[in-house]
Amino acid sequence: MSQRDEQLKLIDIEIEKHKGDASSLMQVMQYSQDIMGHVPMDVQVRIAEGLGVTLSEVYGVATFYSQFALEPKGKYIIGVCLGTACYVRGSQAILDRICEELNLEPGKTSSDGLFTIEATRCIGACGLAPVITINDDVHGRLTADDVPNILKPYLRG
Amino acid sequence: MITLTIDGTEVTVEKGTTVLEAARKAHIHIPTLCFLKDLNEIGACRICVVDAGARNLQASCVLEAQNGMVVKTNTPKVREARKTILELILSNHDKKCLSCVRSQNCELQKLSLELGIEDGEALGGERTHYDVDESSVSIVRDNNKCILCRRCVAACEKTQACGVIGAVNRGFKTSIESPWVLPINQTACIRCGQCIAACPVGALYTRSEIDRVWDMLADDSLYTVVQTAPAVRAALGEEFGMPMGTNVTGKMAAALRRLSFDRVFDTDFAADLTIMEEAAELVNRIKTGGVLPMITSCSPGWISYCESYYPEFIPNLSSCKSPHEMMGAIVKSYYAEKKNIPVEKIRVVSIMPCTAKKYEAKLPELSASGYPDVDAVLTTRELARMIKTAGIDFARLPDEDFDPALGESTGASVIFGATGGVMEAALRTAYDWITGESLEELDFCEVRGVKNIKEASIKIGDSTINVAVVHGTANAKELLEKIKAGDKDYHFIEVMGCPGGCVTGGGQPIVPAQERIDVDPRVERAKALYGEDAAKPLRKSHENPSIIKLYEEFLEEPNSYKAHHLLHTKYTQKPKYPALEN
Repeated sequence: MSQRDEQLKLIDIEIEKHKGDASSLMQVMQYSQDIMGHVPMDVQVRIAEGLGVTLSEVYGVATFYSQFALEPKGKYIIGVCLGTACYVRGSQAILDRICEELNLEPGKTSSDGLFTIEATRCIGACGLAPVITINDDVHGRLTADDVPNILKPYLRG
Repeated sequence: MITLTIDGTEVTVEKGTTVLEAARKAHIHIPTLCFLKDLNEIGACRICVVDAGARNLQASCVLEAQNGMVVKTNTPKVREARKTILELILSNHDKKCLSCVRSQNCELQKLSLELGIEDGEALGGERTHYDVDESSVSIVRDNNKCILCRRCVAACEKTQACGVIGAVNRGFKTSIESPWVLPINQTACIRCGQCIAACPVGALYTRSEIDRVWDMLADDSLYTVVQTAPAVRAALGEEFGMPMGTNVTGKMAAALRRLSFDRVFDTDFAADLTIMEEAAELVNRIKTGGVLPMITSCSPGWISYCESYYPEFIPNLSSCKSPHEMMGAIVKSYYAEKKNIPVEKIRVVSIMPCTAKKYEAKLPELSASGYPDVDAVLTTRELARMIKTAGIDFARLPDEDFDPALGESTGASVIFGATGGVMEAALRTAYDWITGESLEELDFCEVRGVKNIKEASIKIGDSTINVAVVHGTANAKELLEKIKAGDKDYHFIEVMGCPGGCVTGGGQPIVPAQERIDVDPRVERAKALYGEDAAKPLRKSHENPSIIKLYEEFLEEPNSYKAHHLLHTKYTQKPKYPALEN
């Protein structure tokens, strides 16, 4: 059984637990997001059929909340805070530099599956402005020139 | 009861009434955009805000009237708020009123006039741009005009149980799309057009075939036959300022003749023919232990729904083609032979209350003569447009008759246009056939009206026939689920894809949301049809002399080999999620 088949099996078990319960929609979607890294079309259809909601509803929720991805996200998710405090301290330049170093656009995932860049709203670490997160690591008080050194350890995969 | 004061007038209403509805009782029309009675009451657009004494203005469509409440609907603050809301909506709207099919029947345009919107900076700013989705043969979607009221979404999901469109993304990037932003023809859209009927603006409209029909009419080498569905006559007058429920059968026939159609026939004739075939099929299924309940097949929206969402019921569908397809098949066989007209020179144009019929007419299997049974389908709205283009003074036209013989019909056929009509017509004929007697009391009132699911047990001779009637595919879904669960047992079911039946089909004149607060078009338009039925000398399909002659001269008997070849079809399962198959 392929890894994907195993993931689908787990998702089906999760859907079965919430069968016919439309109010569990986000919970089940989050489960798929957690184990697959995204909520692909065939999974959305399974969720819609299982919970008794329309596919439009599932897709609408998937595109409304940034916590859900339609395509797989990278191994490392780089979040660049564009909240007010970070922005006035130059986070746009940091975002631009990250994009340049990785040759990638915000919201996109690199072809090797290593990085996803996301421009985020305030993450509540204004004291460290400008701040970025790479998965659970926080890097604060940055300048654009710090970017290559920060990325270096992650580039090894 | 609740008593409140609105703009100084005391109003007493039932508990649970909204301030919007209460105000109407005081003859105050609060503007609305996202509001659609019983369907979309979500307070999303905020244009209906009023001052009810709270710190902020409140949306009156979702604000319940309270005892002693004092509401002001026309203060400077309220007017300013409504204007700002409207300006924000307009700033991201393409404002191409000149070429918009909804011009003069657009709720946004009407409000802009009423609230005194001025052209200027407030209407400028950043805009979103979308490709127009012309993938469907029935429905065009232009998000550049969409105001995100979500009325179409509610119609698609709640009354039709399809849900093939919804709001995607968020904030400024929100738009109404199908999942994965696919063209609508890559979804299980049933093309019923209820989204068009719900749209307050020109973001959803019918794929027009007017130009094709003008070309046919201009080509003297062609013999162009037109036919009109029962429901068209109950609503066409509204496009010319006549009151809802006016029957315009005679003027409609006159207008079509003036548009230079070679023959003006009536789909009602084919509705009588449908009853002959369908009643025979039902009697046969009951006698031979065939698949029951048998379900009607006149509504292509319903057929698509069944094929995509409930394929397990395909064996239950009557094999009868829908009436206008039967008419096309008869015109291109019996009539062509009789009048000695080459079939390839005949064009059949159907005037329908329906957008799904545009799709149906293009199905390759519906071409009994080797040519399409029907060549073009125009909605009631498109016909009205052609009459206006031609400068025909519709309201002053004399009443004229349809052409013989395919214009002859009974009262049974005209009620096809209202929910329950096909059932009633079928029962009138089935009764006479099964008992060998002539039914005296013709009105089967249990199957009339707009109740979601209508049921009746009809005693015919020694046996009792259990029937059900549903309209709107969401109601069909509910009924089918009950049958699947074994809760219900019927012999015969009528399903119409649109709520109310064809009188409120997706191709009918659009009734603004404000008007729908006070009148139910399903009821008003049906009255015009039941009135015509009651006034007809013949009210049973099998008594139509032209139908009797058609069988004598050509078809032999109902369900004969020839009738099967010309008048029956078959259905195939379609995917519920076509995008997944790619």
